[in-house]
Amino acid sequence: MARKKRKVKSMSLARHWRLQDERYKLIGRECAACGKKLFPTRDICPHCGSRDLKPYRFAGRGEIYSYSTIYQPPAGYEGFVPYTVALIRLDEGPLITAQLTDVDREGVEIGQRVEMVTRRLREYGPEGLIVYGYKFRPVLKG
Amino acid sequence: MRGVSIIGIGQTEVREHWERSLRELAVASITAALDDAGVDRADALYVGNMLSGELTGQEHLATLIADFAGLQGIEALKVEAACGSGGAAVRIGYLAVASGLHDLVIVTGVEKMTDCESDLVTEALAMAGDGDYEAMQGLSFVALNALLMRRYMHEYGVSHEDFAGFSINAHRNAVRNPYAMFHRPITWEEFRSARMISDPINLLDSSPVGDGAATVVLCPEEKAKKFCPTPVTIIASATATDTIALHDRDDPLFLQAAHESAQKAYLQAGVSPEDIEIFELHDAFTIMAALSLEACGFADKGRGVELAKDGEISLEGKIPISTMGGLKGRGHPVGATGVYQIVELVQQLRGKAGANQVESHLGMAQSIGGTGATAITHILQGPN
Repeated sequence: MARKKRKVKSMSLARHWRLQDERYKLIGRECAACGKKLFPTRDICPHCGSRDLKPYRFAGRGEIYSYSTIYQPPAGYEGFVPYTVALIRLDEGPLITAQLTDVDREGVEIGQRVEMVTRRLREYGPEGLIVYGYKFRPVLKG
Repeated sequence: MRGVSIIGIGQTEVREHWERSLRELAVASITAALDDAGVDRADALYVGNMLSGELTGQEHLATLIADFAGLQGIEALKVEAACGSGGAAVRIGYLAVASGLHDLVIVTGVEKMTDCESDLVTEALAMAGDGDYEAMQGLSFVALNALLMRRYMHEYGVSHEDFAGFSINAHRNAVRNPYAMFHRPITWEEFRSARMISDPINLLDSSPVGDGAATVVLCPEEKAKKFCPTPVTIIASATATDTIALHDRDDPLFLQAAHESAQKAYLQAGVSPEDIEIFELHDAFTIMAALSLEACGFADKGRGVELAKDGEISLEGKIPISTMGGLKGRGHPVGATGVYQIVELVQQLRGKAGANQVESHLGMAQSIGGTGATAITHILQGPN
């Protein structure tokens, strides 16, 4: 059953393709009514209820709000173990959930400055789709 | 609206039931509950379940269970709200009877989790969060709770060891519950040194997955005495939701939905937290126990862990929790758990909780879906 399941899921190319603006460019929304910046994309502002939302590209920088290193991963992420995930407070306001990459796990701390990079998120088996998207790494000095 | 009473309960042991299928577990708990209520038929069956499709390849679950429980022909629907599915099914059963549409309703929670490899179960449980923006980033459900726990420790200056009391209490109570998964107490040292799952959450912060089913039979309050000498009355039933993802909450450390559903329930019942004598909370992880106590008004923000350190959550304490083992000690067959909580409260309020008996007349149960995105609260009153 497990093999069949992975096969079915690997076919869902469109599910990943339609999120390419979010995953590759960190494009969310800005509410034209209240000015709040939103990630991910929504059609209705959760703060003021406005439906007038415009695309907004986040700069991809922020600081770590919380983090955890995963030793027991979900199926599809075995190759990364152990890997560190975080909630990141973007400079424009919202929190985002993402993996950290290019990072010394022992040195991660709350408040640390990080920036977005594009990396491989997961694979669906040897013949399946490879999904790319945002991860965050410590801001490079200089 | 009319009052709703619980006139029958049934449960299977929570464990790895290799010899019993999803449907067999459900039917066993239904049969036990119908026998307890002294009825053999009902108007409707509501089944709380999260993962039958994903882990067993079976949807259309309530109809299947009605069929095999000898209840062919009745209304049968599945209710899903992730780990809160059991509480959600109780809520629907309550609405059906309170509204006057049905007189006799069966609510069953069932989950079968141990037929699958653990990485597939971990992947399936992550569906309780936001699939595209949490799970796809590689976060397990444990990791989402770990993000909360790390931030909690940071903001309030508490250590991982400060959470030990929750797991020690749950295991101690589970030892004397024959239906519980674990019958072994744990020590502070074992808690401290357990294998890491997603730091800071280790194995003994986490409730175990398991197989199990639990059932309650509901009827209108005015007819309850006809079936049962000791009916337990549902005096409040309330649900609230929050954002599905942690990252969309203004303050991730405050379980807003848990707070709102508890407040609505207190108002309906005309009680306050001080009146609650037992609280079966959603201790899927130690951090969730602390946050639930805070959200429901038993502790100020950041002080939930102190109740565990001071022993106030024990059977003799100010607010006993997880009195039959909770999710941590009884086990967490996710979609069944919310019904187990109600069954255990009924045992307590009937005075039939054995060695774990807490002298009590009012008990509260709260079932949570996801990282606090759905919260279903029930307040139960014992027989007069």
